[in-house]
Amino acid sequence: MNLVEKIFAKHAGKKSVVPGEIIMAECDVIMGNDLSTSLSIDIFRENGFKKVLYPDKLAIVMSHFVPAKDIMTAKLCQKVRDWVKQHKIKNYIEAGKGGIEHVVLPDEGFIKPCDLIVGGDSHSVTYGAFGAAGIGIGSTDLVFAWVTGKLWFKVPPVIKIIYKGKKARWVYAKDMILLALRELTSSGALYKGIEFDGEAVAGLDIAGRTTLANMTAELGAKCGIIKADQKTIDHLNKTRLKGTKFDMSSADSDAKYEKIVEFDLTKIEPQIAQPYSPDNVCDVSDLKRVKVNQVYIGSCTNGRVEDLRIAAQLLKGKKVHSDVRMIVTPASQNAYLSAINEGLVQIFIEAGAAVSTPTCGACLGGFMGIVGPKEVCVSTTNRNYPGRMGDREALVYLANPAVAAASAITGRITHPEEINVPVTV
Amino acid sequence: MSKTIKGKIWKFKDNINTDVIIPGRYCHLTDLNELAKHCMEDDDPDFAKKVSSGDILLAGDNFGCGSSRELAPITLKAAGLSCVIAKSFARIFYRNSINIGFPIVECTQAYDDASVGDTFEIDFKSGTVTNTTKKKNYKIVPFPDFIEQIVKSGGLLKCKDLLSQ
Ligand code: SF4
Repeated sequence: MNLVEKIFAKHAGKKSVVPGEIIMAECDVIMGNDLSTSLSIDIFRENGFKKVLYPDKLAIVMSHFVPAKDIMTAKLCQKVRDWVKQHKIKNYIEAGKGGIEHVVLPDEGFIKPCDLIVGGDSHSVTYGAFGAAGIGIGSTDLVFAWVTGKLWFKVPPVIKIIYKGKKARWVYAKDMILLALRELTSSGALYKGIEFDGEAVAGLDIAGRTTLANMTAELGAKCGIIKADQKTIDHLNKTRLKGTKFDMSSADSDAKYEKIVEFDLTKIEPQIAQPYSPDNVCDVSDLKRVKVNQVYIGSCTNGRVEDLRIAAQLLKGKKVHSDVRMIVTPASQNAYLSAINEGLVQIFIEAGAAVSTPTCGACLGGFMGIVGPKEVCVSTTNRNYPGRMGDREALVYLANPAVAAASAITGRITHPEEINVPVTV
Repeated sequence: MSKTIKGKIWKFKDNINTDVIIPGRYCHLTDLNELAKHCMEDDDPDFAKKVSSGDILLAGDNFGCGSSRELAPITLKAAGLSCVIAKSFARIFYRNSINIGFPIVECTQAYDDASVGDTFEIDFKSGTVTNTTKKKNYKIVPFPDFIEQIVKSGGLLKCKDLLSQ
């Protein structure tokens, strides 16, 4: 069996499963954010449910509209808070104590290799970075999992994506996943699982792995998994999971895949997704003189401290271009605090960037960085559909944090090599 | 789900995502009439005014990709649409629609010949879609039995068998 099949079999209490088979599986963690949980609470009540079966399996992270942007969202968050109290949900992570769920849960020790995690958010696939099957679901499915602890799944066929070769300077995990989107398109992994492999994947740090797994959602995938290794264990040992014996299963040597796709990274340069789709990808240097109005660094894709370090490296001692507003939104309180302690926030502020509290905010066109008609935004987020970050005519380009920072300095979409940054070893 | 649905079609392209169906900026709304006003707004700002109750949405591949928001099928239903026919659906949208009992039909051939305003008839019993304007019949890709069971119950949380499994 491949790893996806193994995880499904384990949670369905079966020896083996095959693609296409429909199973009922036990969930290890049932995640919701303010938005999906709010709707689930309505559905839970409308259907007359009274009790959550395993309250301790629930993790509710306030991320999308926190701190509340207006009275409507304040009420939405209030509803969630009251319900959480009523049902004694202990894993409730309030604004100021966490950040974006896909960064907070793995960093707080909620995710283990070979777990099955369902999440009321499409980017729940991010948990794949830790060898788990993270699966995005809607609010009715979330309620089903609340009241039964289980959910039905169709075992998906799996695509294996292998990355080989050494990346050039300024090429990151974001470029690896944008390259996959460029080749496979937005429906390239529709109804399918993905397993990543290859030395370039093993070589990624935890932050890079989360970026890679995160945007398998944009490929249409059900889950996108990187098998756990020593780096995963080291990361998890820094959390409350310290000392846990993890399930380190990996795919069998005769595992079946629907197809195997290989990418050679030696020749690629930073990639960028042009409006209005994450698969509308080209090389950064193919874009000539695209003037930029806003640069956004943040989100569950590229808002970890590792991403902020990359941006700060370019911005150190430089200024954000006079025509650009730059917004830096660390994805979690931990990332924010590290950025303060390491002097990154100072670099951003001295360069003329706005640094905000962790939130999904502008990523989903909520608040704190909405883009106006025909304005160009270079963003480290994961989606650039019409209207995603604001006006339907706003033009959002998706890139890695180095491209975003370089573009903030020059005021046009820029390859980071144009900025003079000394090589450090 | 009723056995037949008949209505006028609206045609949209491939990869229509949930941000277009109901933008994130409205996702805190709970009033169905308010949500309906913004249906498909970022693709066609006048769509909500033009659509009539019972109309059918016809789309290409990967309809409903993007966010997991269940408000996407909820909004389409609230706007009066009776069904979405697409070449293929994104997986979360597919589950969400089945779960709330909103009719969706996978049909790979109907798209290319159809023009906006054509009348379509969907017969779930015989598994056919008919473009009555162009007088053409197409086969529906049938649901697996398991999903058919959810559809017949009227949604996931009405499916007693599954809840007690
Ligand atoms: S940061 Fe953006 S993509 Fe990630 S969970 Fe928040 S809204 Fe979704």
